[in-house]
Amino acid sequence: MAEQSAPRARPLSPHLQIYRWPVTMATSIAHRVTGVALSAGTILLAWWLIAAAMGADAYHVFAETAANPVGQIVLFGLVWSLTYHLFNGIRHLAWDIGHGFAVSTANRSGVVVVIVSALATLGILVLTHGISR
Amino acid sequence: MTTPTPLARVEGLGAAHSGTGHFWRQRVSAVALIPLSVWFMYAAVRLVGADRDAVVAFLHQPVNAIAMALFVVAALHHGVLGLQVVIEDYVHTEGWKITLFLLNQLLAWTLGAVSLFALVKIAL
Repeated sequence: MAEQSAPRARPLSPHLQIYRWPVTMATSIAHRVTGVALSAGTILLAWWLIAAAMGADAYHVFAETAANPVGQIVLFGLVWSLTYHLFNGIRHLAWDIGHGFAVSTANRSGVVVVIVSALATLGILVLTHGISR
Repeated sequence: MTTPTPLARVEGLGAAHSGTGHFWRQRVSAVALIPLSVWFMYAAVRLVGADRDAVVAFLHQPVNAIAMALFVVAALHHGVLGLQVVIEDYVHTEGWKITLFLLNQLLAWTLGAVSLFALVKIAL
């Protein structure tokens, strides 16, 4: 029986790495990932506030951590997560009241959210790290 | 075609016995976070690289202290609800699920208490 293998490969059940990623799937996954990242970010938010409340030494430790390259990358990721989750969240709320469900509209609004959140993040980057400061 | 809704299921509020409560609170906090997030980004941009005195002076103003408190509470509430769904989706062992539900809630309460204590200390 072992010799009588199938003459050609049978189709397999597709999984995440088989599917071409549609815009709506990618934006949905990104919404969840950024949401989890932002939840983790509330730990840093609490640290920032309590450090400011405790005194100059405690704040210095926070500021040094935030200013080093790893801190900057984490904060940059959180800024993009916040802008993305904010704009995509508005897209979700529009769906909740029944707007934008057509496939073409959902794809277009997904692309718009990605572009607008990237621009907003770059804008914040320029405002905080630009030459004017 | 109609969709019958048996009275027993309505009274039991569905499989989770919580009805639409989770869905609704997620949306209310989402709507609240639209203006609050915009304000938070404005505050963050203003305070990046500032020293401790400038941060304290900013948060000492009642409007800023209240806005930051609202942002913290809304963000933590929204985050707890969101993480709960993530846990429900991926964790199917009852013991682990309950443990993570507890950690999710208790960590958020702790972060809320720390953040609000800090804000009160700065603002008063």
